[in-house]
This record gives sequence, structure tokens and C-alpha cells, in this order.
Amino acid sequence: MENDMLDLGFWQLVAAYLFIILLLIIVKLRKIPREKEIFIATLRMTLQLLLVGYVLMYIFEQPHPLITIGIILFMVSFAIFNIYKRVDMEVPRRLKKMVAFSMIIGTIASTLYFNLVVIQFDPWYDPRYFIPIAGMIIGNSMTGISLGVQTLVEQMKSKKKHIEAALMLGATPKEATRKIVNHSFDSAILPTINSMVGIGIVFLPGMMTGQILAGASPVIAIKYQIAIMLGITGSVAFTVIIFVQQGYKIYFNKEKQLVEES
Amino acid sequence: MLFTLENVTYRHILHIPTLHIEKNKMTCLIGESGSGKSTLLKLFNKMLSPTSGTILYNGEPLTDIDAVQLRRNVSMLSQTPVMFGETITEDIEICFSFHEKEPPSIPSIEEMCRQFYLHKSGDTKTDTLSGGEKQRLALARMMLLQPNVFLLDEATSALDEKLEKQVMTTLVEQVKKLHASLIYVTHSLEIAHHFSDTVIDVTPYSLAKER
Repeated sequence: MENDMLDLGFWQLVAAYLFIILLLIIVKLRKIPREKEIFIATLRMTLQLLLVGYVLMYIFEQPHPLITIGIILFMVSFAIFNIYKRVDMEVPRRLKKMVAFSMIIGTIASTLYFNLVVIQFDPWYDPRYFIPIAGMIIGNSMTGISLGVQTLVEQMKSKKKHIEAALMLGATPKEATRKIVNHSFDSAILPTINSMVGIGIVFLPGMMTGQILAGASPVIAIKYQIAIMLGITGSVAFTVIIFVQQGYKIYFNKEKQLVEES
Repeated sequence: MLFTLENVTYRHILHIPTLHIEKNKMTCLIGESGSGKSTLLKLFNKMLSPTSGTILYNGEPLTDIDAVQLRRNVSMLSQTPVMFGETITEDIEICFSFHEKEPPSIPSIEEMCRQFYLHKSGDTKTDTLSGGEKQRLALARMMLLQPNVFLLDEATSALDEKLEKQVMTTLVEQVKKLHASLIYVTHSLEIAHHFSDTVIDVTPYSLAKER
């Protein structure tokens, strides 16, 4: 069954683009000024995927531990900068360091555990497994942390009086910010939990669909998907916990006073 | 002495060459807006640290005392009360969790609220309370926490004149009963003279004079 993979021919792919052309016509007729964005996004997606396809092909043919490690580090760095860009508020410098720290520790530890303990492929650096799995873990953690940072920064500002009032009565910074920290954790982890609840009924996840289309048995695809979902949830939670448990501390000095961060 | 200040400055807001605040007394801080009264209160419980100078609490430099432990003994309430819980009981329970103490029973919470003229049951939602009711709850809450020093920054400002006097009377009685000290800021000279052993006039960047 694994060999039943249906390759897509050139004209079939062209037919897929007809969807976008149809969309462009509709948008034009309805006078919605988005043709340019749709066109550029389609072009970028095509070029990026073509490029990554060839890069992956090259890497898969010549597996090397340093190349795998290099790619993972590149992915984590890219994710960290993406978080800074996504949060539409000024993120204090020390909080940025905390984002980088939690992303590096959280995603690398989760990826290693998942690859070495759960899937156990050989050699350990096999890019065919290592890179896509790391990609899923890093990508989801990035989304989680972005939401966590946004909530933390916003609430530390809007609930300043609340925090101060608690400190004045003798609360530790941890107690004074407990609600904010929990709220940041919730906002980071909820999308992942929601996707676990809806999976298989509301939607079939991309990885599983891809495997099935590529000829894998649905049972194998599902087993992988379950493992991946658990891995993603675990790594998002782990990364976000490291972040929120350390992140609130940057707003206090050693005298447990609330300080203005920039 | 409860507090002794020597050459204390805070940025360009406050300069106090010397100031003594006595234990077990009611001390009132008066002065124009922006004179640094709130800043001075915050210096007493390390919500702010002085730019220069020394502050002693019971003879010990504040710099040697852990900020959280200090604030559990020298607690402060600001003009705009913050509610921590959804109901009166929950609000007080949360404040007790700050001190890692067991919360009081619901009847004793309701009794303390009554003493501060807040006749509400423990399950009353805090967001239904008016500004004045919130101030009274915040005072009752602080009283239940029993700190050694009460720092109040215009904590009765939302009350009308008659109720403010009644609440201040209860407050002073309770503070005396606890053998505690009260340092408070008010705009009302009448309150200041009626309920204080000492009145301190705080003027910006100059000597705080005792009257």
C-alpha cells in the first residue's frame, strides 16, 4: 500500500492553480482590492516550496549531523525573530532574551525527547525525520509564545495598579502576578488544546492528510499524528511554562518593586 | 522610634533632612498636591527606595529588611482600592494568601465590614460596590490582615464628610486595639487635626515640618 503513491503531473498542478485564477477573477469582479496580495502570496508560496523541496532533496541524499543541527538552529533563530515581529507591542529587551532562552531550551529539549525516545529513528540526525518533526514543534511553540508574550506585556501594563496594590499588602511578585501569568499561559496553550479537541472530526491535520495522499496506511498516519499532537502540545506547554515562569520576573527589581521596562 | 529618616531624598520630589515617626501613634501627612506625600508613604514600605539617605524601621535600616516581609508588617492602601476577588469573601481570602495565612471565617469578615459601615454579605460581588464601599472593604480587609503599621494614602477620599469621620473613628479605635501605628495622608485639615497625634506638613523638596 505504501507504494501506491500518486504523483502529481505538471498539468494536474496547473489545474490546481486554476483555483487561484478563479479566485482572482471573483475578487476583481467584486472590486475587492486584494488581487496583488493573492498573486504575490501564491508566487512566494510556490517559489519558497520549490526552493525548500530542492534543498530538502539535497540534504536527504547526503545526511550529516552538522547540517541537521545547523538547520534546526536556523529554524529556531528564525522563529525567535518572527515572535519579536508578530507581537504588535514594544517588547522589553530583557523579555526578548527570555523569549529566546525559552524557545531554545523548550523546543530543542522537546525535539530531542520526541526523536530519540518516541520515534527512535536511526541515525539520530536523519534529516528526513528530524527536520519535519522539529519544524512542527518549533512552529507551534512559536505561535504559542507569541500569544503568551502579547498577553504578558499587555497585562503587565494594564494591570499595573493591581500588581502594586498586591505588593503594598505584602504579596510576593509571584503572587501579585499569578493571574496574569496564568492568563498568559492560557492564551498560549488554548489554540493547541482546541486543535486537539477538533482534530479528526472538524479537520484532518495536514501531516496526516499528506501521509495518506502519499500512500501511507491511515492507521500508520494516525499513529504518527497522535504522537505528533502529543509532542506539539507538550513542547508548547513546556516552552511557554519556561517563558511565563521567568518572564514576569523582569518587571521587578531585587527590592521587589515594579520597574518600568524598556 | 517607628521610623527615623536621615537626609532622605527621592529624585527631585522629596528632601527630608530629618524626621521621626513615633510608634503606636496616629501620624498624618498633609501638603499640597505633588508635594511628595504619597512618595513618602511608599518609602516607608519599600515600594520606592530613596535616592540617598537612610530610613530606619524600629532602629533597623530598611535596606537590611526583606521587602515582602516588611510590607506584611507595614502595609499600604492607595486612594483607588483594587479588588482582588469576585466576592467580598474571595477578595479577603486572596489577600490572606498573600500573607500565607489562613483566612478568617465568613462571620468575622462580615462583622469587620459592618464595623466599617459596609453592611453586605460575604458573597456580594465586588464589582457591584460603589467607590466608597470599595474603600471601606479595603480598610476592613487591611484591618483583618493586622499589620503593625497602616499606611493609608487618602483611603477615605470617596466617603462623604459624616461617613468619613465615622470610618476614621473606627479605624483609629481598631489600630489602637491592635497596638499598631497609623500613618495617613489626607486633604482634610479637620480630619488631620481630629484624628492625629502628630501632623506633618510635607512640602516639595524641603523640610517636612512637624506641627
